[in-house]
Amino acid sequence: MALKRAPLEYNRLWQMKLWLFGVFFFLYAPLVALVAFSFNDSKRNTVWRGFTFNYYVKLFNDQDLLIAFANSLTIALFATLISLVIGALAAVLLWRYRFIGRTVVEGTFMLPLVVPEICMGVAMLLFFTRVLPWPNNLFWPFSLGSIIIAHVSFCFPFVALVVGARLTSFNKEQEEAARDLGANDWQAFRDVLLPHIHPALIAGGLLAFTLSLDDFVITFFTSGPDTVTFPVKVYSMLRFSVTPEVNAASTMLILVTIVLMALMMVMQGRAQKKG
Amino acid sequence: MATQTQERRLAFLATALPPIVWVIAFFLAPLAIVWAYSFGQNVGLTEVDISGTFANYLRALQPLYLGIFAKSIFVAGLTTLLCLIIGFPVALSIVFASEKWRAWMLLLIMLPFWTNLLIRTYALIAVLRTEGYANFTMEWFWNQGSWLMTLVGLQPLGDFTPLQLLYSNFAVVVGLVYVHLPFMVLPLYAALDRLDKSLIEASLDLGAGHLRTLWSIVVPLALPGIISGIIITFVPALGAYLTPDLLGGPDSQMIANVIERQFKRANDWPFGAALSFLLMYATFGAIALRAYFSRGKPADGHGI
Repeated sequence: MALKRAPLEYNRLWQMKLWLFGVFFFLYAPLVALVAFSFNDSKRNTVWRGFTFNYYVKLFNDQDLLIAFANSLTIALFATLISLVIGALAAVLLWRYRFIGRTVVEGTFMLPLVVPEICMGVAMLLFFTRVLPWPNNLFWPFSLGSIIIAHVSFCFPFVALVVGARLTSFNKEQEEAARDLGANDWQAFRDVLLPHIHPALIAGGLLAFTLSLDDFVITFFTSGPDTVTFPVKVYSMLRFSVTPEVNAASTMLILVTIVLMALMMVMQGRAQKKG
Repeated sequence: MATQTQERRLAFLATALPPIVWVIAFFLAPLAIVWAYSFGQNVGLTEVDISGTFANYLRALQPLYLGIFAKSIFVAGLTTLLCLIIGFPVALSIVFASEKWRAWMLLLIMLPFWTNLLIRTYALIAVLRTEGYANFTMEWFWNQGSWLMTLVGLQPLGDFTPLQLLYSNFAVVVGLVYVHLPFMVLPLYAALDRLDKSLIEASLDLGAGHLRTLWSIVVPLALPGIISGIIITFVPALGAYLTPDLLGGPDSQMIANVIERQFKRANDWPFGAALSFLLMYATFGAIALRAYFSRGKPADGHGI
């Protein structure tokens, strides 16, 4: 049995193993190299010259980069909070109510998922220069308002999807029981429905946070000289040169993303267990 | 009784208004403005007169822009094909992996997906540039080969000239495949996972080989998923901006780069708006195609 391959054990074929190795090497080798060379003690990014934290120290002394990072985190935080409210309401709306034009509304809510990023970017650029010019003398963080609005518009459908999936496992009788016991709509929502969708809100929130933090294209069109985000800053850095500083900055962002994603998966696992 | 219906109506409005108002004000309205602009013309430096002209669309039909459209479609199509070829065995392998391995492999496929697009593209620059890892590896092999040849008494190969890999169409396709592979693997995995494995076993028992089984059992049954994967990969690849911008040369501009140039440098917003909407129509066309194909039953067997 150990010698002869069962008919469906494709994974024991050496060709398959080689293929998988090749694909994962292709996916990960560039990223591993990027992280490794952020610790390289050399200006040039090519040969290993010894371990150093210099570029991280430099990073933490780079005022512009720190501001960009703070901007990104602030935008992500506010965009997440608003996306959670809008996305959760959208999910509840589609799950609970039957109304005229429901299909159209549902389709429209999911539209931001399919519109090409570049089109959304130019739409936001046009909107915030011609229709709702965002005053550029506002003090921080209100100056980031236009970027936050743009981010909410592409983040909330993801929250709606995650919350919507969670709602399908909700037993509507629980809510009816709450009403029978004298709760009004708001109380039933707050004390029965909200606890049920809580894990989905956390997972969806982390998803929105990651998406907002990572976005480049749409932000590129909405950000001004005083509202640079971390990806936009990294973009302008790497347009000029490939340096270990960019590697270090990228590594920081990868780290933040991995932590967020791990959190999200733990939360989703918990949600599935409960549901 | 009346107060209760009133309360219910209030609850409905409280649920419905925030998302609907948001999506109209901050999503549909911006898009509508782009749409309106696509029928406008520049008057002076910053003024745009929305005159209902079709001139921008006619200009988009010029050979130059039609060529860029055709090229974008070709590059996105090639990317999709390569993703399908590379991703299919991976998806198959995930389906047949043990439960523990399956979770890990899915995570390994998803992780780059969550890593910032900009960073992944930057990582590729370091690999592909003339003094990058790809050229270093090739140089090493070149030198080893050269050494081997002197060992057996032949002339050495001479000096290695690094290949110009970056800033080319080749780099753009590599970058797009690198970025979009998870888009292909995940729907393929979902489709193959639903497949009834006993059908494969039956086919093998009845004497068909593995390749024949793959071609006449697995592929037709997974076809809706394959089409899903193709479209999910093709759509973002068609609208890709960052990859051709950072990895491409002067002749590898895709449609998104032309749009960006109209808005940020050429300052011809109406024309950029028209191009944006043409890209949107192409995207919606692809998505409508997917909806059309996924209407058929997944177990249809004979495909489309």
